[in-house]
Amino acid sequence: MNFLPEPTLNSYLVLSAVLFAIGTAGVFLRRNLITILLSIEVMLNAVNLTFVAVDRYLGAVDGQIIVFFVMTVAAAEAATGLAIVIALFRHRETLNPDAYTTLKW
Amino acid sequence: MDALLFWILAALAVIASLLVIGQRNPMYSVLLLIVSFGALSGLYVLLGAPFVAAIQIIIYAGAIMVLFLFVVMLLNAQHESQVAGSEARFSGGAFARRFGAALAIALAIELGLAIRQLQATPFGGEGRPASTVRDIGLRLFRDYSFAFEATSVLILVAMVGAIVLARKERS
Amino acid sequence: MLFLIPLLPLAGFVVNATLGRRLSKPASAAVAVGAMGLSFGWSVAAVWRLLHVTPVGGVRAINEVVYSWLVSGRLNIPFELRVDPLAAVMILVVTGIGTLIHLYSTAYMQEETDGEYARYFSYLNLFAAFMLVLVLGASFPVMFIGWEGVGLCSYLLIGFWFTKPSAADAGKKAFIVNRVGDFGFILGMLAIFATFHTLDFQGVAAQVAALPKEETFGLLTGITLLLFLGATGKSAQIPLYVWLPDAMEGPTPVSALIHAATMVTAGVYMIGRNAVLFGHAPHTLDVVAVIGCLTALMAGTIGLVQNDIKRVLAYSTVSQLGYMFLAMGVGAFAGGIFHLYTHAFFKALLFLGSGAVIHALHGEQDLRYMGGLKHELPLTYWTFLIGTLAIAGVPLLSGFFSKDEILAKTYSSGHTVLWFVAVVTALLTATYMFRLLYLAFFGERRQAPGHGAQAPGSHGAHLHDAPPAMAIALVVLAIGAVLAGYVGVPDVLVSGGNRIDAFLAPSFTAPGAAPQVEAAAEEAGAHESGTELGLMGVSTLAAFGGIGIATYFFRRKPEAADALADRFSGLYRLLLGKYYVDEIYDAVLVQPIKRISTLLLWRGVDAGLIDGTVNGVGLVVRGWSAVLRRLQTGSMRAYAMSFFLGVIVILGYYLWR
Repeated sequence: MNFLPEPTLNSYLVLSAVLFAIGTAGVFLRRNLITILLSIEVMLNAVNLTFVAVDRYLGAVDGQIIVFFVMTVAAAEAATGLAIVIALFRHRETLNPDAYTTLKW
Repeated sequence: MDALLFWILAALAVIASLLVIGQRNPMYSVLLLIVSFGALSGLYVLLGAPFVAAIQIIIYAGAIMVLFLFVVMLLNAQHESQVAGSEARFSGGAFARRFGAALAIALAIELGLAIRQLQATPFGGEGRPASTVRDIGLRLFRDYSFAFEATSVLILVAMVGAIVLARKERS
Repeated sequence: MLFLIPLLPLAGFVVNATLGRRLSKPASAAVAVGAMGLSFGWSVAAVWRLLHVTPVGGVRAINEVVYSWLVSGRLNIPFELRVDPLAAVMILVVTGIGTLIHLYSTAYMQEETDGEYARYFSYLNLFAAFMLVLVLGASFPVMFIGWEGVGLCSYLLIGFWFTKPSAADAGKKAFIVNRVGDFGFILGMLAIFATFHTLDFQGVAAQVAALPKEETFGLLTGITLLLFLGATGKSAQIPLYVWLPDAMEGPTPVSALIHAATMVTAGVYMIGRNAVLFGHAPHTLDVVAVIGCLTALMAGTIGLVQNDIKRVLAYSTVSQLGYMFLAMGVGAFAGGIFHLYTHAFFKALLFLGSGAVIHALHGEQDLRYMGGLKHELPLTYWTFLIGTLAIAGVPLLSGFFSKDEILAKTYSSGHTVLWFVAVVTALLTATYMFRLLYLAFFGERRQAPGHGAQAPGSHGAHLHDAPPAMAIALVVLAIGAVLAGYVGVPDVLVSGGNRIDAFLAPSFTAPGAAPQVEAAAEEAGAHESGTELGLMGVSTLAAFGGIGIATYFFRRKPEAADALADRFSGLYRLLLGKYYVDEIYDAVLVQPIKRISTLLLWRGVDAGLIDGTVNGVGLVVRGWSAVLRRLQTGSMRAYAMSFFLGVIVILGYYLWR
């Protein structure tokens, strides 16, 4: 079963990069606020993966600590973001970000 | 064995993420994201970080995604609607989508280039034991105790903020 | 303590300017008159001290450096005051006659409000302060402070009743015309500094004395001509005399003080102060003499037909100033100053007297509507008569001695033509002054149409003669007009009688050199006593001749005057219109400048270029912001995308590094 190449750090980094790019695309292309938030979560997970992979490469444990904090902050951010979405939804009855254009001149 | 697991889990994560951003129904997006988290959790185990894997499932998939589910069901957001009007022209139209896609592709390319500059770096130290909760705990509460406390304050603030923001307005 | 002499009036100015509105009229008056009086006392003390100072290099002087003013590189100008014989005469005239006029004003300006009253006195004190700085300055810049300052005060005082358009215009005219002269003065000053590297009067005189007299048009001639241009502006000679008749818009005491006794004499004083410099530029002196003489004649002819009492006196002032410049021009510096001194007395007296007339007639100034005031205003009449006799040059009064000295020196220095013109002008002077006297004080009163209802109604036929404050001034000046001349009795009548000449002579010579005037006087006195007596006779004849003509035309047969005016109506109109000089200046100078200013400078440069640039910057900014503003689409996605674009750019930068 050793016909598949052994995963190196590079493989994990590539995977992480791919996931991050997917998340970015999601932020730009979707027209649903909740889906945008989900895409942001994808991006955060990609970053987490990077940390843990490099952690393993370096033999340290600090990366996991950082992941811990990232998750905490992601939770806080998700909570706040969703609260805002709810508040916005009450005003316009839509989750389309293009409906909210008052942040301008 | 590890290699096979890696490729399976990686493929699963990527496909799930693609579907997350591709689905119309946000409910399905959330569920697919949970699948993706599961795959990532497996990858963490492969990387010898069982603690992170555990809290990924517990917190991310278990708490955050459930929160998302609640909100989706609360708002009954079924599908996306197109907003008419000139405001949508720039950001909702084809130009915006193409530009957004272009940005994402540019990012991917840059990241790829960056990674290619690295030499192939095997992990080495196969026999290294997985990091234990004990190791993490010592580090966390000894060297990062300030950050820990600050984060708890942050969560408190987020909690209060979420309550205030989502409150029904008193007229 | 010389600086107290100008400082006291300056303090009076400060008090009246700041507190004036809250002071009562007597308080304001007390401050102003008190300041002047104290200054006069101090001046007397200073002159007394001067007389007992030992001469240094033949010159008696008291120097005082008040403070170190300008120090920059090679330039070192301290604020230095100096009293020498010339300055002594000037400060006594300014403070003495000034005090009298301040006293007179307390009654004359009584009808103003408290605030205006105080404003008047503050300006008057300020003027005195500046004038004293002018005459006490030991260097050109210090004198220039006073020079400019008196110009400013002249503007303020001429336009005192600034709500009247003619008064405001007259003030502006005075200031602007003066400025043209000041331009020449400044250029002269700069040239002097460039040439002699000092601006101190003594310093310049010492350096000039070492140079030979300039026979051709050279540097010294140029410098002195520039300075003389300034003098023509300040002292109302051709071509810059046009402001003085208009200056009569100001209150009459102002006309007496500034435009008769003091400010207008600044030009004469300046030449006297720089006698050595001017003495080395004979061509300039010729120019000075000719202009002085011509001005005297021209003004005399205009004064002959004017109908406003103050205008006649104004042109008379211009004419007498012409005499002073004539004197300076022929080298009789002391003679010019002597005439300045006597003229101050009788001209101030005449103006104050006319003020009393105007005051009594409640503002009437037209000679055609006066008459018969001799019996109703006796004090005014007698003092006015004395003044008129003095200015006409009737023997034994002050004007005779000073005018005679000028005529004698003019003749004996070889300027025969100028002497003749000057004699004719003396005749004209006597004529128009007695015309004034007769029209105002003799005969029947001629009512102005429309005034008929007012005069009988308000005061009946009884007019108020001068109130005490005014009367004192008139009487003291009359006494002065009689006696002032006796300091300058010609040597030919009383040997050694010309004390003022001897007193002033050291001021006109370079430090260390022998006084030149004495030498000239000895020459003249030695072999020409007969001629001088003859000349005296001629000038006396001219005086009495003028009186006679005036008596004939304006006393015996007034119709003859009108008939003459009709027969020579063209000439009459020319004279009445002041030779249309104002109109010529307007057409040749004022209108073109106005047009250039409007079209080129205002519309072109200011509105077009400067405003255009400033507004243009604003328009450009607005245009760009209208374009850039579109970036704020309000769409969150667009914002997110632009963030991300930045991220990509930064990543790219790190990749490529």
